[in-house]
Amino acid sequence: MDTPTRPGRSRPPRHREQGRTTLWIWLFLTPTVVLYGVYTVYPIFASYWFSFVEWNGFEETKTWVGLRNYREVLADPLFWSSFKITALFTVAAVPVKVFLSLLVALLLNSPKLPLRNLFRTAFFLPVVTTTAIVGVVMQIVFDPADGPVNQLLMKLGLVDQGVNFLGDSSTALWTVVGVYVWKWFGVTLIYWLAALQTISDEVYEAAEIDGAGPVAMLRNITLPLLKPFTIIITLLTLEATLKVFDLMLTMTNGGPFFSTEVVEIYIYRWAFAATVPQLGFASAAAVLFGLFVCALGLLQLLGIRAARKTGGSR
Amino acid sequence: MTAITVPRPRRSRRRPGDNRWTAGWIVRRLPYWFVALFLAGAAFLWIYPFLWMVSASLKDQMEVFASGLGLLPDNPIWENYQRAWTEASFGKYLMNTVIVTVVTVVLVVVRCAMAGYVLARYSFAGRKVVLGVLIATLFVPTGYTIIPVVEVSQRLGLLNSLTGMILALSGGAHVASILLYLGYFRQLPRELEEAAIVDGAGFLSLFFRVMMPMAIPVTATVTLMTFLATWNAFFLPLVFTFSRPDLRTLSVGMLAFVGENSIDWSGMAAAAVISLLPVVLLFVLLQRYFVEGIAGAVKQ
Repeated sequence: MDTPTRPGRSRPPRHREQGRTTLWIWLFLTPTVVLYGVYTVYPIFASYWFSFVEWNGFEETKTWVGLRNYREVLADPLFWSSFKITALFTVAAVPVKVFLSLLVALLLNSPKLPLRNLFRTAFFLPVVTTTAIVGVVMQIVFDPADGPVNQLLMKLGLVDQGVNFLGDSSTALWTVVGVYVWKWFGVTLIYWLAALQTISDEVYEAAEIDGAGPVAMLRNITLPLLKPFTIIITLLTLEATLKVFDLMLTMTNGGPFFSTEVVEIYIYRWAFAATVPQLGFASAAAVLFGLFVCALGLLQLLGIRAARKTGGSR
Repeated sequence: MTAITVPRPRRSRRRPGDNRWTAGWIVRRLPYWFVALFLAGAAFLWIYPFLWMVSASLKDQMEVFASGLGLLPDNPIWENYQRAWTEASFGKYLMNTVIVTVVTVVLVVVRCAMAGYVLARYSFAGRKVVLGVLIATLFVPTGYTIIPVVEVSQRLGLLNSLTGMILALSGGAHVASILLYLGYFRQLPRELEEAAIVDGAGFLSLFFRVMMPMAIPVTATVTLMTFLATWNAFFLPLVFTFSRPDLRTLSVGMLAFVGENSIDWSGMAAAAVISLLPVVLLFVLLQRYFVEGIAGAVKQ
């Protein structure tokens, strides 16, 4: 990202003019610096400060308690459980999403396939819909007694009585994983289609002349050329999966018995949904989560760099 | 770095001699029709929840469940919509969502374009610092910053107001948009500026009359991505409207509706349709740009 800039002009501008340009540059940066400073940079540092105090949010008083919040968060089995659930959710959702969408993308990429734009639209439709509303609608769809899913299962004779998909701690997480994959499938699909577009038609035409069939082309051309994209797409998907808050909160609210409480819901519960909010405690959890996500982000940058090296182009 | 919204190359390999609808052509195409049939089944499954929801919004309470998977209501009951629109305030929530989304999109486009432009085309003291901070915070999750955001909004007297919500939504993570503008402006030829300066353009007219019109493809992408993110935002609107139900957006209103009214299923379905319809319509109209925008952002 840090390639040296070429200044906008070739001739060195006169001194006064340069001063005026600098003024304009900073005027242009002001909205970003101010907004970003207040709503992103300040919160990053403030989170650290809050994590060292006891503070209920109603009063101004914040009492310095040192590392106590961290000790308490780290000693809370529910915090570790929320971490585990976030990890489990990610591990379950990411591979399914990445490979299922690759499969569909390969099918959709064929120029001879009829109705391909229609299919693309259909698979992308859930992506544009509001997650929180999808979550609420899914509560109706998965209703244990009367929801359409259970009615279908009963009609097919697969179950005798309705399954309480979202109310049973053994099925709730997997149900949300399923809905999550359905909801965000289209994004990964588009990523793959974009990646497939980078392979030029000539390569395939040459292979056709050499007598290669579709399977040989897939194995020897398409998949090897997609390899560098696999890392990027997997990491993008992974990062998005960590932000499952909306869907989880509206579908299960972390329940039943905390079995779907991901880290963001844990933070939310202590900071906003508790009768006496524990903002210091919640901040300590947030800082730990933030550090974890940043570490993943760093890994992502390294991964993309490695992918670029092996991929050559781009 | 490629341009963002290059039209997709047509991949049709039909050649002049390629006769359609001959027996041989049909046989060769048969496997594709099988694949299409399989995909059609999957696609129907994909959009079924939406169809079911629309149909449920036109049924009465009993019929929602009695008719099971069936999609056609006996006779459509439009009252459900009336109930959701006025009694459950979804008309108001829609208004709030539109205001918040439109203002946020305008703010984000303007500020990201300006920042991306100067970062791309000028070297100045502090440039590396600004860029470094932006990139370092690329991955910060909402859950991490939400507590201080609420705290600072409260101190500024902006909590429980649409203004506060808009500022928080447009102030947070839009690094990707800045980077999109940066990448686009950087690859424009330098002759453009030289010609404009010879013609007597100053800093402002250079930006507004030369650069921004060139950047329409990026602006379209950023507009759509911001629009989607803001329209669908949930965490921030939720905590910004705890004590002001009249300021709820659609997604927050929907959650509250369920909390207060967990038996009115057809009303809920109608509310969900009201909430989803505008964005779905917009998507169907502009779907090419949505898709290209996301694809372009990845190809970078």
